[in-house]
Amino acid sequence: MLGIRKEFPGIVANDDITLQVEEGEIHAVLGENGAGKSTLMSILFGLYHADKGIIKVRGREVNIKSPNDAFDLGIGMVHQHFQLVHNFTVAENIIMGKEGGFVYDIKKASRKIKEISERYGLAIEPDMVIENISVGMQQRVEILKMLYRDADILIFDEPTAVLTPQEIDELMQIMRSLVAEGKSIILITHKLDEIKAVANRCTIIRRGKLIDVVDVASTSVAEMAAAMVGRPVSFKVDKKPAKIGKPVLEIKNLSVMNSKKVLGVKNFSLTVRGGEIVGIAGVDGNGQTELIEAVTGLRKCESGSILFNGKEITDADIATRNEMGMGHIPEDRQKRGLILKESLAANMVIKKFAKAPFSHHCILDYPEIREYSARIIDKFDVRSGEGVDSLAGKLSGGNQQKAIIGREITADPDLLIAVQPTRGLDVGAIEFIHKQLVEERDKGKAVLLISFELDEIFNLSDRIAVVSGGELIDIVETSSTDEHEVGLMMAGIRRG
Amino acid sequence: MEFWNVVTSIIPSAIAYTVPILMGALGGLYSERSGVTNLCIEGLMLFGVFSAAATIVKLQAIPGFSFTLAIVIGIAVAMVASMLLSLLHAFAAINLKANQVISGTAINMLSTAVSLFLAQTITGSGNITIVRAIVRQNVPVLSRIPVIGTLFFSSTYWTTWICLLLWALSWFLLYKTSFGLRLRACGEHPSAVASAGVNVHKMRYIGVMASGLLSGLGGACILVTYAGEYNAGSGINGLGFLAIAALIFGQWKPLGILGSTFFFGLCMTIANMGKVFPIFQSIPTGYLGMFPYVATLIALIFSSRRSSAPLATGEPF
Amino acid sequence: MNRTKIAKPLEARKASPLVVSLSAVLLGIVAGCIFILCIGKNPFAGFERILFGALSNTRRIGNTLSMSTQLILIGLSVAFAFKTGLFNIGASGQMLMGGITGSILAYYLPLDMPRIIYLPIIIIASMLVGSLWGFISGFLKAKFNVHEVVSTIMLNWIAYWICYDFIPRFIIDPTISVKSKPIETVHTLRADWLTDLTGFSTLNYGFFVAIIMCFVVWFILQKTTLGFNLKAVGSNRFCAEYAGIKVNRSIMISMAIAGALASLAGLTYYCGYSNIMEMGKMPNEGYDGIAVALLGNCSPVGIFFSAIFFGILKMGRGSLAATGIPTEIADTIIATIIYFTATNVILASFWNSIFHRSFTGKEEAVIAYLKAKNDTTPIEKLSKEQFKAYAKEGKALLKNAKKEVE
Repeated sequence: MLGIRKEFPGIVANDDITLQVEEGEIHAVLGENGAGKSTLMSILFGLYHADKGIIKVRGREVNIKSPNDAFDLGIGMVHQHFQLVHNFTVAENIIMGKEGGFVYDIKKASRKIKEISERYGLAIEPDMVIENISVGMQQRVEILKMLYRDADILIFDEPTAVLTPQEIDELMQIMRSLVAEGKSIILITHKLDEIKAVANRCTIIRRGKLIDVVDVASTSVAEMAAAMVGRPVSFKVDKKPAKIGKPVLEIKNLSVMNSKKVLGVKNFSLTVRGGEIVGIAGVDGNGQTELIEAVTGLRKCESGSILFNGKEITDADIATRNEMGMGHIPEDRQKRGLILKESLAANMVIKKFAKAPFSHHCILDYPEIREYSARIIDKFDVRSGEGVDSLAGKLSGGNQQKAIIGREITADPDLLIAVQPTRGLDVGAIEFIHKQLVEERDKGKAVLLISFELDEIFNLSDRIAVVSGGELIDIVETSSTDEHEVGLMMAGIRRG
Repeated sequence: MEFWNVVTSIIPSAIAYTVPILMGALGGLYSERSGVTNLCIEGLMLFGVFSAAATIVKLQAIPGFSFTLAIVIGIAVAMVASMLLSLLHAFAAINLKANQVISGTAINMLSTAVSLFLAQTITGSGNITIVRAIVRQNVPVLSRIPVIGTLFFSSTYWTTWICLLLWALSWFLLYKTSFGLRLRACGEHPSAVASAGVNVHKMRYIGVMASGLLSGLGGACILVTYAGEYNAGSGINGLGFLAIAALIFGQWKPLGILGSTFFFGLCMTIANMGKVFPIFQSIPTGYLGMFPYVATLIALIFSSRRSSAPLATGEPF
Repeated sequence: MNRTKIAKPLEARKASPLVVSLSAVLLGIVAGCIFILCIGKNPFAGFERILFGALSNTRRIGNTLSMSTQLILIGLSVAFAFKTGLFNIGASGQMLMGGITGSILAYYLPLDMPRIIYLPIIIIASMLVGSLWGFISGFLKAKFNVHEVVSTIMLNWIAYWICYDFIPRFIIDPTISVKSKPIETVHTLRADWLTDLTGFSTLNYGFFVAIIMCFVVWFILQKTTLGFNLKAVGSNRFCAEYAGIKVNRSIMISMAIAGALASLAGLTYYCGYSNIMEMGKMPNEGYDGIAVALLGNCSPVGIFFSAIFFGILKMGRGSLAATGIPTEIADTIIATIIYFTATNVILASFWNSIFHRSFTGKEEAVIAYLKAKNDTTPIEKLSKEQFKAYAKEGKALLKNAKKEVE
């Protein structure tokens, strides 16, 4: 790919980027969230069209107009968000688009799938339905989908985001065996240790521009990090020793149903005390969503109890919990966290508009609402075009998240629940948010952190609770454990 | 034997009422499985009734023109006309990413207004009555089978058999062919389909157009079987919405909608022919009339909760 | 010339809802003209007759306002539910329920009852029944996830059959066995002074009720916590739920209020505009109300004006007979307008591209002017007035430059 440029209204996503991948290598593309990695790959895969620049495959200039053209050239992509239909079988998902005839032969296809699966050691059952298999296996189905189409240039878009450390190791193994079979791999990621572990060379991009192409073996992690962010960074958060207070949240033998009407959280017990950050480590889909929804009141509990500041809140409604001092930074800021079609002012009082001073006798007090909101966006450095009157949907992701965090922290909660608070944000925003969470802890508040990024859990938490399959595996002091041990527990293996 | 007499007179007419609803629901199935909410089945069916009526009246007026051929042409015209109307919905929903509920409502109103407007210019009144509808016939051999023969193969319309054939064909298309696999995937996870190199917009267009074709056929069936006229005043009495309810009640599955539309057909029969049967004679007309709609609401209460609607239906792509 | 450097404050105009609505109206009228041309008639004569029929004397104007009364109330009903993310297409049924309640009360309440007591009674009673009818849909949606479009349609037909049963049972006119007995004028919403003022039109107190309701709806939605609550549910029910708002309760309240507004429309229709109810007749106005709400961008002021517009179409079409154009042309125009409001994206983007083009033209002129004057003020620092003035000057400069080249 030579001199690629792509503009979207308002931003230049790719500005004169060149990416050269050699046959049989694992080539990493490193960049922060929003640096333009995904755009570049979508262009290569035919989902977008470049405004400028050319693409050459095996020396020949090509024009990739759709994923079909990419398949024909032997380019396949394992997407970050799996492109699998949940209620179809593995085989149906793999053959879709390349069924081999109007009335297709699913048995013949299954045989071919089994064959490929065995050759690369993917261990896939073609007849299983997607929603019943693990995330790791879903990813292998994605890989097999590419191999079924005889792809020899494989793009992996942030492939490790949803895997346990052990599953990541397995994936690395698979990648190596693919390369050994003569395939070439492009690995898109913002995680440096993965690049160090598996890649040969690395192309670094920042804000849509090519920064450097480095040889991985001879470059240190710190150098790559600095090139990615544009300044030296330390991912460590400075923390004072914790001053533990009294229990704020007590979860006792909690069981919760998930959306499929089976137990998503099983007999779960956990206490979070003032002045500490408790991190919940686990792979996505192991009961974290159900647990948080039960604690915050979005989901009914099956059995067990939840105590908040010593008071029973198991069946309390959400408004009551908010009033009692529970703050919640939700996982999906655009779906749950904000009303994108409303102004920032309205969003800042969404939990409190029905009370004085924001309304009197059911009549809203707009001057008061605007003043309060202006204070929040000022204090938390929320940047928006028209101040409190800006629509929430017009803000960047980082500013949306800052607005939510500002709203929750300004309400002065005793317990702050933060779910994936830094997902998809750039390093500046991540640092800001981490600092806010630690400040809350130092003020003596209880903080419950859920993250799928193990680094984040280790950096912030005082204690780590590991979940797997909806069960609490163990609670460990951060200082007395390491990523390997927590990784094993995330896979459901208990300590000794 | 009183009871048996009631059953033998109800079932054939229930089948006649079922078939149009079945076609409407099957049309809705194609559209919603491809990911486009389709609330304009009512309008599409009504347009089918109108265009079939207008065509058949014109053709049957030609001296010596075969009545049956006129009906066949009328049905074909109805299907094409409704399909063209459905293109308006497809364009709004797929290309313009419009609100599909509003677009569907607009199509319903457009269908009512345009058909009435044209009917006025053609006949001068709001109604078009065709000279002769389809004659009921016994199916040879099969109608002699005891019980089943009397219930299902005696005095049937030939359109019924075509519609049932289309239903079976649809099942095969949806579950056994690459077309069906792609169409169903479009309603669940369109970006997965796109990443497999399939054009999602094209599949959704096919889904909506299929709903136009089938609803048009359903509308034409109303005309050439039991109704015999296009009536501007009452339209098709919300039958298109019953079809949507049947789609939900049948959980978006071909076999399910066959069962649910037969249930609604039975309700319609009781509502329309109730007075004929001694057991229903004591019930006032008003209550008999509302029976299918009340039954539908109750059916929806039981089936909407555990809805297995295609995940991406109504979401633009 | 690097255009990407232009900062935010000065930017091209965005198409406002008013511009979009007016374009939809225009397109609807164009479509109507095409239909009229297709049947070989003169569209201008047609529209002239419509305007004549609706506005040519005080009686006609009164009747048009009287027709608009229903449309305002139904428009408000649809808009109110729409703000909570619900699509109320059950206004026809809610109208019937409001109408039958009012008609029965009018039949049985004593004629010598003072109007100051009588009128509030029928208004409140029909609103209560209508809100119950709306509430059923809201309840089914909240508790059983029944799609409100399907349930309101079913309730329309149930209301239709209830009236079919109730009219002969309670209020039949024995001489014409399919209609109710006409309500005495003192028991309708009509007022002598209004009737006299408008040359014996059907204009009645309902018109004032509708205007009051415009204010009430505006006040609820803009100023109260209830409105905030309902709008939050409508814009993002997941966020509303997260914030502790009771989503299910909001859905039920919203549908109940929508039902009450539509039943008021029914009251003004059957006990004001008209004074009888017919068996087996579904009022079309329920569907027209959707067009009113959408065209009015769901705002009370917009609804008022779009209802007047549709009122003109619906009253004026009666005079079309002389021209040989079917009266249904009015419904065709209304339906086309809804289709274009539904696809407003295309209209908005059309206008946006025009505004954008004119803006970039001005921008070039301003840059040329600044260059000519050796003014180094960055373009984004200019005030709106400066920008306007400079653009004018710059355009003249560019024109002269072009002439010189030639």
